[in-house]
Amino acid sequence: MKNETEKIITVHGVTKKFGDFVAVDDVSFDVKRGEIFAFLGPNGAGKTTTIKMLTTLSQPTSGEITIDGKDVAKEKNEARKAFGIVFQDPSLDDELTAYENLHFHAVLYKVPKKTRDERIEELMRLVELWDRKDSLVKEFSGGMKRRLEIARGLIHHPKILFLDEPTIGLDPQTRNYLWKYVQELNEKEGITIFLTTHYMEEAEKVAQRIAIIDHGKIITMGTAQELKEQTKTNSLEDAFLALTGKQIREQEGSGKDTMRMARRMWGRR
Amino acid sequence: MSTIYILWLRQLKRYFRSKARIVGSLGQPLLFLLALGFGFGPIYQKAGGGNFIEFLTPGVIAMGIIFTAVFSGIEIIWDKQFGFLKETLVAPVSRINIMIGRTLGGATVATLQGIIVAILSFFIGFRLEHPASLLFALVMMFMIAMIFTALGTAIASVLEDMQGFQLIMNFLVMPLFFLSGALFPLDNLPKSITIIARLDPLSYGVDGLRGILIGQSHFGLWTDFAVMGAILVILLGIGSYLFSRIEI
Repeated sequence: MKNETEKIITVHGVTKKFGDFVAVDDVSFDVKRGEIFAFLGPNGAGKTTTIKMLTTLSQPTSGEITIDGKDVAKEKNEARKAFGIVFQDPSLDDELTAYENLHFHAVLYKVPKKTRDERIEELMRLVELWDRKDSLVKEFSGGMKRRLEIARGLIHHPKILFLDEPTIGLDPQTRNYLWKYVQELNEKEGITIFLTTHYMEEAEKVAQRIAIIDHGKIITMGTAQELKEQTKTNSLEDAFLALTGKQIREQEGSGKDTMRMARRMWGRR
Repeated sequence: MSTIYILWLRQLKRYFRSKARIVGSLGQPLLFLLALGFGFGPIYQKAGGGNFIEFLTPGVIAMGIIFTAVFSGIEIIWDKQFGFLKETLVAPVSRINIMIGRTLGGATVATLQGIIVAILSFFIGFRLEHPASLLFALVMMFMIAMIFTALGTAIASVLEDMQGFQLIMNFLVMPLFFLSGALFPLDNLPKSITIIARLDPLSYGVDGLRGILIGQSHFGLWTDFAVMGAILVILLGIGSYLFSRIEI
């Protein structure tokens, strides 16, 4: 029984199909409580689809997922309370201030009124944005937005923090700061971290266990050391290339990509 | 309740902060009032219709409302693609409440826009017989706003990106407006137009407003309210259903 509760995320035989296309193919894995778990794979391998299913944004075609012991399909809202997430794309409201964004989140997650302001201040000070609390988010740099999103993801005391490519487009200083902070969170508060990234050296540095997914299937799982030994390589990046091949992946351009492009071009709305 | 409130509040904050949008979306109704109001006024008078500005104002108020309302609903596409919707959808709250909060917010904003058009129309020469009827008119304005925000939400739930936006504007919203009797009386029209106008929900909204504000109603106020109420319930149902099925 103890063994069961040690697993904070369980994924059993999960498949996700879009029409004929199988994005995630019979995937199973567990994440232990208090672990930093990296989920790696080339573009279009099924990482984001998997995160969406884990975070209740999308329903698996078949298979079972539990988050903190709750079945994601049946106890959606209970599962949702257990995690915080930093999405791949920015997900702040640019027209609101930093404080308002966090306040919005705190109200949605029903953080009690009494502790709400205290908690927001505490987290904003932690990510060093308290002096900018009344600035509109559209005035923030990419790094500041990321820090704010992390603060937001933590307001409701989640047990798991999902980070979907959190360091994309950030300078080395911010990336360093971010990972240091994430590791501290993991050590001091015991928060389980589930992350994806394309920067292999980051995964190698912070993750205690790594899963590599390609073409919708998990091809291997283990510590960075184990993966390197398995492929007889010296770095995780080489191990990753040995496992997934050197071919560049095509990702189908969708309306979404066009919009992302537009957003980058116009900067702010 | 708190979910609905915070989503409503967000819509209002966004509205008051985008001054350009407020002013920008006033241009069109104002132009209609000035150009059509003064342009057709003399002919309308000569034909025995009375004061055209008076006739036109309720229609143009409705116009200000529906464009803002549909846009508020459609905004979900932006939120959907750029993440903010994800933030609300992973939260432990029911999607129906999210939909209701957003729709109430969008409708409040659209109603405010209608009020601004109404105020402007006073400067152009619109006069009320009973100032108190303005309060009653607010109810109808809010109903129109709710219906069209819900319509926008329903459409946005299905659309992938903003590319379909022009299509919706030109082939749905514009026809709904132009064929509604917002700009012309519904009496003595060719049969086909009469039928279309009867099927257009906005006809009843405009007619209701006109009945309340200047005492001219084609269908009768009770019919107007009944039809608008029924459509509101149906659209809220469809909107909620489609919204709850969004996968991102």
